[in-house]
Amino acid sequence: MENWSLVSICVLFGLTARWAVSLNSYSGAGKPPMFGDYEAQRHWQEVTYNLPVHEWYFNTTDNNLNYWGLDYPPLTAYHSLLCAHDHGFDFCWVLVADLLIYIPAVVLYSFYLSEGSNKKKVCTVLCILLYPGLILIDYGHFQYNSISLGLALWGVVVLGLGWDVLGSLAFVLSLNYKQMELYHSLPFFCYLLGKCFKQGLAGRGLFLLVKIAVTVLVTFALCWLPFLSDPGQILQVVHRLFPVGRGLFEDKVANTWCSLNVLIKIKTILSTDTQLYFSLTTTLLAILPSSIKLLMKPTLWQFKLALVNSSLAFFLFSFQVHEKSILLPALPVCLLLNDLPLPAIWFLQASTFSMLPLFLKDGLLVPYVVTSLAFLFFSIYLLSAFEHCSEDKLRLGPYRRLLICMPRMDLGRVTKWKFYFSITAMAGLSFMSVALAPPDQLPDLFPLLVSVFSYLHFLGLLLYFNIVQIAEPLQSVRKNQKKSN
Amino acid sequence: SVMATPRADDWSWFPALALGVSFLKCILINAYHSTDFEVHRNWLAITHSLPVSKWYHENTSEWTLDYPPLFAWFEYSLSHVAQHFDKEMLVVQNLIYTSPATILFQRLSVIVTDIVFIYAVKECCRSVREEKGSKDLLGHPFFILAALLLWNFGLLIVDHIHFQYNGFLFGILLLSVARHLQGRHLEGALLFTVLLNLKHIYLYIAPAYGIFLLRSYCFTKDNTDGSVRWSSFSPVRLVALGSIVISVGALSFGPFIAMGQLPQVLSRLFPFKRGLCHAYWAPNVWALYNMVDKALSVLGVRLKLLDVAKLPKASMTGGLVQEFQHSILPSVSPSITLICTLCPTLQPKPHPPPSLALSPPAKFHIWCRPRGARGFLRCLVVCALGSFMFGWHVHEKAILMAILPFSILAVESREDAGIFLMLTTTGHYSLFPLLFTAAELPIKVLLMLLFTLYSFTSLKKLFRGSLLNPLETTYLLGLVAVEILCEVVYPLSPWQHTLPFVPLLVTSVYCSLGVSYSFIRLYVSLLRQHGTDKHKQL
Repeated sequence: MENWSLVSICVLFGLTARWAVSLNSYSGAGKPPMFGDYEAQRHWQEVTYNLPVHEWYFNTTDNNLNYWGLDYPPLTAYHSLLCAHDHGFDFCWVLVADLLIYIPAVVLYSFYLSEGSNKKKVCTVLCILLYPGLILIDYGHFQYNSISLGLALWGVVVLGLGWDVLGSLAFVLSLNYKQMELYHSLPFFCYLLGKCFKQGLAGRGLFLLVKIAVTVLVTFALCWLPFLSDPGQILQVVHRLFPVGRGLFEDKVANTWCSLNVLIKIKTILSTDTQLYFSLTTTLLAILPSSIKLLMKPTLWQFKLALVNSSLAFFLFSFQVHEKSILLPALPVCLLLNDLPLPAIWFLQASTFSMLPLFLKDGLLVPYVVTSLAFLFFSIYLLSAFEHCSEDKLRLGPYRRLLICMPRMDLGRVTKWKFYFSITAMAGLSFMSVALAPPDQLPDLFPLLVSVFSYLHFLGLLLYFNIVQIAEPLQSVRKNQKKSN
Repeated sequence: SVMATPRADDWSWFPALALGVSFLKCILINAYHSTDFEVHRNWLAITHSLPVSKWYHENTSEWTLDYPPLFAWFEYSLSHVAQHFDKEMLVVQNLIYTSPATILFQRLSVIVTDIVFIYAVKECCRSVREEKGSKDLLGHPFFILAALLLWNFGLLIVDHIHFQYNGFLFGILLLSVARHLQGRHLEGALLFTVLLNLKHIYLYIAPAYGIFLLRSYCFTKDNTDGSVRWSSFSPVRLVALGSIVISVGALSFGPFIAMGQLPQVLSRLFPFKRGLCHAYWAPNVWALYNMVDKALSVLGVRLKLLDVAKLPKASMTGGLVQEFQHSILPSVSPSITLICTLCPTLQPKPHPPPSLALSPPAKFHIWCRPRGARGFLRCLVVCALGSFMFGWHVHEKAILMAILPFSILAVESREDAGIFLMLTTTGHYSLFPLLFTAAELPIKVLLMLLFTLYSFTSLKKLFRGSLLNPLETTYLLGLVAVEILCEVVYPLSPWQHTLPFVPLLVTSVYCSLGVSYSFIRLYVSLLRQHGTDKHKQL
């Protein structure tokens, strides 16, 4: 069958799955007084439609910021204004956004920037579209992550095709939709800077740098146009976007600070300022190796790995991280499905699992189970994950060197068994979270177990992806050219 | 018929297809469900809570038991699992009881019993004829057949959204067909008898089975020209068949005959008090007939030929299930529809002049020149479609009885594929009014696009070239216009409140054109085969 019909079928299937999930319960359904994210979106439409621009981010009598105040950059506000004009079913807008922004980017990525036969590319499209985390959050919990992630993906695709200025434009738009895209900003910066260096700073490189800088500044200016008249406006918006007063973490999230808090109550020991500096330093330390490597070798492969490493490091060490932010590393990991199927599938499943407490709160148990099983089955079957499980294919060379003292074992098989064990444990923990009641002294036992378990996975995978990125030689040998790109 | 050797190697794609559609069914668990959900819950309650003697007398709920006894036993066995989910659903007085556990149980029961359907599809795929020559997996007829059956749009939305147990029932039907294709006729007969005792609507295709089995199974040999050899009649086989039918019937109806409740059961099974057309107007001949009648009466009133006060009040176009009278054209009674249904299939056969189209009928055709199990399958499809076209109180879901078996023929012959595409697209579109909620609109549109796109592209690739002529393509594209008209344009127009049935009317009439056309083409193809047989002898 021709490609276009196969891809259309995959896209239609992906859209059907998404809409079917939206038929279930959503965040905050029937839960006064605060309800949930669905109510937040509805409230923003109200605010942007009825109030003048300079009042959107301020606490006024008409706009109580404590009740779902706007805390995303201006593009989200403009989008809410657009949605407010059509009082149709809100989930339609998520579907439309997916269809116009996220899905075309996925299709273009699979067909132009990934390797393999046409069949493999179609399978990649299907597997990326089946990633449960994004489906459940956007259509179950109800958010518009597909817009910001889609724009970021457009940025990657366009950069991969060689159009640097357009790529940076797409990324800046994405950043102006959700400020969490800052997690991806350092790799974009290092990649583009590295490319400028490669082209020589005296000459074409400098010209490219100037072009990109101008694009970025102009796009920012256009997005923030209504707020530029008054510096007080800009400060207030920034204050809403980065709530540093809220502490190191809220609720249970699978990152270092929350997990550390189990052993040492750092939230109470350190002051807010110390917490801020501490997390800042650790984050910077974690992203440094990956960023430097990307600067020195700005290829698409390095770029993808750097995106993973940077966003995952931010997730694990940064300030005020929410569990939904795991979607930010999940996007670049989706791009790795073709190259490193087993680790990618492992990470994506772990990321979905880490959000289990949120899904249970929203009444999304059945969609969670079904989409996770479907994703696992199809990605393992279609991408032949277990056949690409040799030491070589998984690039476990450095591990082999590190474990030189250990007895000789097939690291590929070890990885496979670890994967089986991990998935079984996730299934078991999911079952226990639903079926068993926690003991009275530890009411948060299961969410805590889920987040610590996920954290260990994320940490291990962060190490793995960093090693894969850094261990790659700077000058690739001729015969390995195809593989390392 | 020649049985193709199945690919001995990789059938791993089959579980993938089956699991994929099962996952889709699972996320549709919380979608809209129709009153059929309450119907089955009520039957679970009746069979669980009441003794057998009261099953066909119980009428606390309006949805009384109107399927044959074997289905009641099926519901009884399900109810034993149901009690572990939610005991309250088994209380007869709990009308319209829809706790989350109830919904989960009922939906899962449909998904799990679909395993019969999945097994039947596998057996059908094994029996599909295949040309030699390596093709990639997606181009093989058995793969296409599996996809067309497992992912059938009509079955998905009727079973897993609207709510019914058709997957289970059609599984038994397809398994019976597969057994006949494989030459295992006794098993096929047993399966069909069981099916008849589960849902009596399959009586419409019982004559096809009866004549085929009598002709091809009881008469063990044919003459050289293919006509019946009376001397080869085997009483043993006839007795075997008869004992199967009788024993299954006894198992099913026996207890009720013993209790003297047979008349009551039959009155529940055949309620002729209902109107000619079901509430939503199945796209058959009667839809066109009603349309003409209505149009004539409106015209008559406008031209002052008729007095409005004298016209019968009960109007079919109200959309309710009632008896009514036609205004101008002669009224249609159940017996008339029965005759019309049998006619295409049982006309006496004159000596056909070679050029004329005066046709031997389908069943007579398999008596005179049986073409093995495939001829039987074709006859079955024609019977099913004929009964859909002319039957009394036909529900548009019944189009599936023609579409599903026809899929087997569609992947083997180019002409059949063309008819299949017409019939399936129109038939599936006619099911749209079943899901009328706004939330389900994207689902039905997306799934319809998915199935239609797949069926067109895969069959086109299989038979290398376009399968439909421009007129047919235009008609099918017209379906898009009808959909936009009914879902978008009409609700915004001023007539939405005064004439709310118009979208249903338009859908029904437009689709009946397509379905009638497919029926005629199918019938013609049947006769043409007979014609080629005759020419072969001359």
